[in-house]
Amino acid sequence: MTTSRLLSLEHWKGWLWAMIRFVLITGLSFVILFPIFQKVSTSIKAKGDLYSAVVVWIPQNFSIDNFKEAIRVMDYWATLFNTFALSATTTLLTTASCALAGYGFARLKFRGSNWLFAGVILTILVPPTTILIPVYLNLKSFDLMGLMTLIAGKPVNLLNTYWPFILTAITANSLKAGLYIFIFRQFFRGIPKEVEEAAYVDGAGIGRTFSRIMLPNAIPSMVTVMLFSFVWQWNDSFYTTTYLTSSKVMSTQLSSLPYNLAQQVTDGAASQADPFYLSMIQDTGILLAILPLIVIYLFVQRYFVESVERTGIVG
Amino acid sequence: MWGVIYVLPWLIGFVLFFFIPLLASLRYSMSTIQANAEGIAIQFNGVANYIQALTVNTSFNRALIEAITDVLINVPLIVIFSLFLAVILNQKFRGRAVARSIFFLPVILASGVIMTLESTSLIDAVNQSSTGGSSLGTFELENLMVNAGVSDWIVTYLSSAVDRIYQIVSQSGVQILIFLAGIQTISPQLYEASKMEGATGYEAFWKITFPMVSPLIFVNAIYTIIDSFANNAMTELIRDTGFVKFDFGLSSAMAWVYFLAIAIILVIVNIIFSKRVFYQD
Repeated sequence: MTTSRLLSLEHWKGWLWAMIRFVLITGLSFVILFPIFQKVSTSIKAKGDLYSAVVVWIPQNFSIDNFKEAIRVMDYWATLFNTFALSATTTLLTTASCALAGYGFARLKFRGSNWLFAGVILTILVPPTTILIPVYLNLKSFDLMGLMTLIAGKPVNLLNTYWPFILTAITANSLKAGLYIFIFRQFFRGIPKEVEEAAYVDGAGIGRTFSRIMLPNAIPSMVTVMLFSFVWQWNDSFYTTTYLTSSKVMSTQLSSLPYNLAQQVTDGAASQADPFYLSMIQDTGILLAILPLIVIYLFVQRYFVESVERTGIVG
Repeated sequence: MWGVIYVLPWLIGFVLFFFIPLLASLRYSMSTIQANAEGIAIQFNGVANYIQALTVNTSFNRALIEAITDVLINVPLIVIFSLFLAVILNQKFRGRAVARSIFFLPVILASGVIMTLESTSLIDAVNQSSTGGSSLGTFELENLMVNAGVSDWIVTYLSSAVDRIYQIVSQSGVQILIFLAGIQTISPQLYEASKMEGATGYEAFWKITFPMVSPLIFVNAIYTIIDSFANNAMTELIRDTGFVKFDFGLSSAMAWVYFLAIAIILVIVNIIFSKRVFYQD
């Protein structure tokens, strides 16, 4: 008698917890998804629906005018292509250079390597703002210790080119690269030493062991680093708006979107613009900017979540 | 020998794009800088820039204090919240995969320009105000707690947390991932054994999960601090001073004060945690 009551109490507790959990997760998911739903809803409304009291979520008159307008103002297709090219390039280069550095720090210890790793940690800790100005001036007249003056006669201006991103990516010093090196190091440290030793015994050199044995094993952490790197480069406004002021990439286009809208939608007469209408197109623009990311995420999310769990960020 | 080769690309970048600029920035912060056609002229002027930043500039102190209080308020909330969610997302229930992918969505969306534009969106603002001032109606909750004798300070803290739920959720994606990965490395035998001994889920959390993930609490606290310091009103001010007003010296001095403030916070956090964290090995 008592056991069955206890059992049912356990049962009720379990059920109650499942209920609470369900409400919590649904509620928080709603909080996360709400802004996206709202943008979708706003973007497919016709202009007239903005003031209609009847319309809250589902528009009375569907329209793709907002999309047309936002695509025109943002020069969307060119911007999309540029952003994609930039993010993909930096992602590949960053992943490669950070994997090398991570492996070096994890397995190929040499004198002073601990000190250098402290340097990696330092790059994570120092806010990028602190070194922004010298890096900017450096890139504005890029000289590479007199080498450029030797070849071209004068330092070259690398601003408004992709070079700053490529150079920092090759040298594992791009956006949040310290974090990626850290992830790779943690992962490589977790791989048993025997695997490596077996490869050496079979006559593989360090380079071969790395490329044939270690890298294929490191795919989970590579997925993590690549996704982070791609997405953060895509969204980055910090470096991009400083180095690439006149190029058409997503984050510069987004940050100048309010201004461009006010200029173009009303043919320059900014005072006549309806702020709600502008805001509507702006929301559509944001949606367009994040849409590719959402699509990519939908494809890789399962793999991504699994890979992070096996990445060994945790050590 | 091979190690040097593998680390070399990073080392070059570190020196070129980090270390030299770091020293240069320190030098700029103690100089007056004049940019002209031939380049820039740098003149040493001691701590004048620092004095100007701290005493003359009208917005620096306010921005700095705001940035620091923001972090101090947000970090505990984000860490606790993400640990809690990681525990929940680790349990087995229907729709777990969907829930997980939704909770990591902010990792992808919440950064940089999008957040800034979002906060200026008129349509969002209108929709928010139509749901009534305090967005989730915490007013009643506050009254309830005050009447129940909870201290004012805690009530304000909690209700402000509820009001900023979107901000907190959207800043905890990476932290949830880290905790989740950590929880999954805990051996299931531990939980089985504790269940045999008659421990409840609550006890299992405090006796097993919590100590096992405590190193990650430290990692996440540090990550959250760095993350929230990377982009805020303070960095905006530093950039504006540098690139709009072209006062490189003052801007560098601000950046260094800012860096020192962060460093001090990190050291304090480190001291607090180093005594309490449980390491398995």
